[in-house]
Amino acid sequence: MKSGKEQTADLRWTLQKRMKEVLGRSLHIRHVDSGSCNGCDFEMNTLTNPIYDIQRFGVDFVASPRHADMLMVTGGVTRHLEEALIKTYNAASEPKMVVAIGACACGGGMFGRTYANYGGVDQIVPVYVYVPGCPPRPEAIIEGILLALDRYEELSRNKGENKR
Amino acid sequence: MEKTIKQWLSRMKQQLGNKVRSMEQNGAQETVMLVEKTELPDVCYFLWHEKKGRLFTMVGNDERDIHGFFALYYVFSFDSFRHFITVKTLIDPLDPTFPSVSVQLPAANWYEREVKDLLGLRPQGHPDPRPLILHGDWPEDLHPLRKDFPLDRHAPRVQSRESFMPYDSEDVTEIPVGPIHAGIIEPGHFRFGAVGDTILHLDARLFFTHRGLEKANEGMPLEKALFLAERICGVCALSHSTAFAQAAERLGGVTIPPRAAYLRTLFLELERLYNHIGDVGNICAGFGFAVGVSQGARLKETLQQLNERVAGHRYLRGIIRLGGIRIDITEREKEDIVRTLSYVKKEFQELVDLLFSHDIAMNRMATTGVLSLEHANQLEVVGVAARASGRSVDIRRDQPYAAYDQVSFHVPVYEVGDVLSRVRIRVDEVLESIAIIEQLMHSLPSGDTFTPLPPLPPYRSAMGWCESPRGETVHWLMVGPDQTVYRYRVRSATYSNWPAVPLAVKGNIVPDFPLINKSFELCYACCDR
Ligand code: SF4
Repeated sequence: MKSGKEQTADLRWTLQKRMKEVLGRSLHIRHVDSGSCNGCDFEMNTLTNPIYDIQRFGVDFVASPRHADMLMVTGGVTRHLEEALIKTYNAASEPKMVVAIGACACGGGMFGRTYANYGGVDQIVPVYVYVPGCPPRPEAIIEGILLALDRYEELSRNKGENKR
Repeated sequence: MEKTIKQWLSRMKQQLGNKVRSMEQNGAQETVMLVEKTELPDVCYFLWHEKKGRLFTMVGNDERDIHGFFALYYVFSFDSFRHFITVKTLIDPLDPTFPSVSVQLPAANWYEREVKDLLGLRPQGHPDPRPLILHGDWPEDLHPLRKDFPLDRHAPRVQSRESFMPYDSEDVTEIPVGPIHAGIIEPGHFRFGAVGDTILHLDARLFFTHRGLEKANEGMPLEKALFLAERICGVCALSHSTAFAQAAERLGGVTIPPRAAYLRTLFLELERLYNHIGDVGNICAGFGFAVGVSQGARLKETLQQLNERVAGHRYLRGIIRLGGIRIDITEREKEDIVRTLSYVKKEFQELVDLLFSHDIAMNRMATTGVLSLEHANQLEVVGVAARASGRSVDIRRDQPYAAYDQVSFHVPVYEVGDVLSRVRIRVDEVLESIAIIEQLMHSLPSGDTFTPLPPLPPYRSAMGWCESPRGETVHWLMVGPDQTVYRYRVRSATYSNWPAVPLAVKGNIVPDFPLINKSFELCYACCDR
């Protein structure tokens, strides 16, 4: 059996391969904190540390949604961040792949629905892929990106068929 | 000691005369003074200014179901007596106002704005009438922490009442930033009023991540509430769960077994370590020093992987249990900790040597973002930021919990209050934490790791506290008759420290703001709840 380290390495190579196949080039991600406890955010940050270093494989976290193929959203969308999330979503370029990171983003988590919290990203914008965990491990986030690529591939294939 | 506290308290009662209606003990460490609301400012100012009590937290509570009134609790910590004095006042629902304490005691500013938003108790004469926790488009007459407000009610959005500092002069440029920032960081909206490159004034709109946590916790069984408590913050998760557990244990009059206390201390220091080391690395991002960023992140990851091996969670979640701790450690795990820490210590020292011998880095950090001792004291700043400005507060030493009275450690203090001092504090504390863990490893007592909690007395309050990596954190807890949370108030280090940031950035250049901000390392999730 492969060690954890080897499995992580494999995952990243798969990521690079799939990005080439599906997108043709690199993947740009914009992060939106919609009211997380910051645990999920830190695990996303972890992906850029020298151990995981997914930037080496062509994934980058970018400053503007206009440069982003994917939005990674953490948190269950607070009332105070609803507008920011919608604006970011609208500003993002197609295909607007939204990946909900963590239990909060997926369905409210421990906080659920309160006067100040909507309880899930899909209450506000359409979600491509849900990555559960509190917080999800870095490997799970990579797995989430892979799933989003599958989904994108499938959707664009269907679109193509419809056109024909 | 007992006797001195009694004498000190009775003398205080004499000095306050008939301003205090009654005085009673609430547990061994807290004395509650009941006052008329008109006496609030005088009594609070006396305790703070004359008696040098630190404003520890302030809690508003809807107790109409219990006795028909709202209640306010201003808690002061008297570190030299290891005692708390709480000034309590009852507020008639027919006249939900009280005289503001904030003019004399600036640290009360946010607390009073908070009870206005969440409970509709209006501080009269408060210097800042703007909403704080709820943003300006929340209806002014709805107060979610009132018991008759349903948890999941979504209020309509109204015309916004938000306002920022207006500038008359054309020389002042307003620079709005956020709430969503360029990196993977938490949301907040900043308005800089700048003259050229220099910051004249910083206005901030925070509380974007307000999730309604305290309300959500109401009515929850304590075991479940503990899980919510540790989700206040990702990277201070253990400090929060520990503080919550301590509040419940204090209510139940339970002392946790020595082994549990030692293990809690061990993991709390592991939490401080991964945070402080990550933060020292991250500060390097403030001046584009990539080597430092990478080294810090690598060592942080090493420590988080250690967390996972020993505790089962990279962020140390799920290990606290009410009355003790859920996990124990084996000899092999002890060896793992010792081995990993000796490696981290060596590598960290290299990073520090590199950083402190780098001219550009030193140049950027030194004299940048100075917080004066006077301001730190006025605002009751805590944690790293306090100690970097010459304010020696550390709740591990001042009001010890877990096994902190069983280990010896030094609390570093620097005087300058600049970015460099805050980094130096973290560096020194990393070494102290490692030394604490070494002591714990040598003297870990055997025995149980948990004492069951008895049924908790309803409608009585207790506090739990913890020196999180960011500073002192307080949880105030009141349980209802059905053993669920009745009221829960969390005051994190960031809540105390944020108001100091605008004072520290004044006069600095705009590009230094990220560096100054990083050196405070504030956590919005903790602050906003
Ligand atoms: S899922 Fe967990 S780690 Fe992520 S934001 Fe929610 S509480 Fe925090």
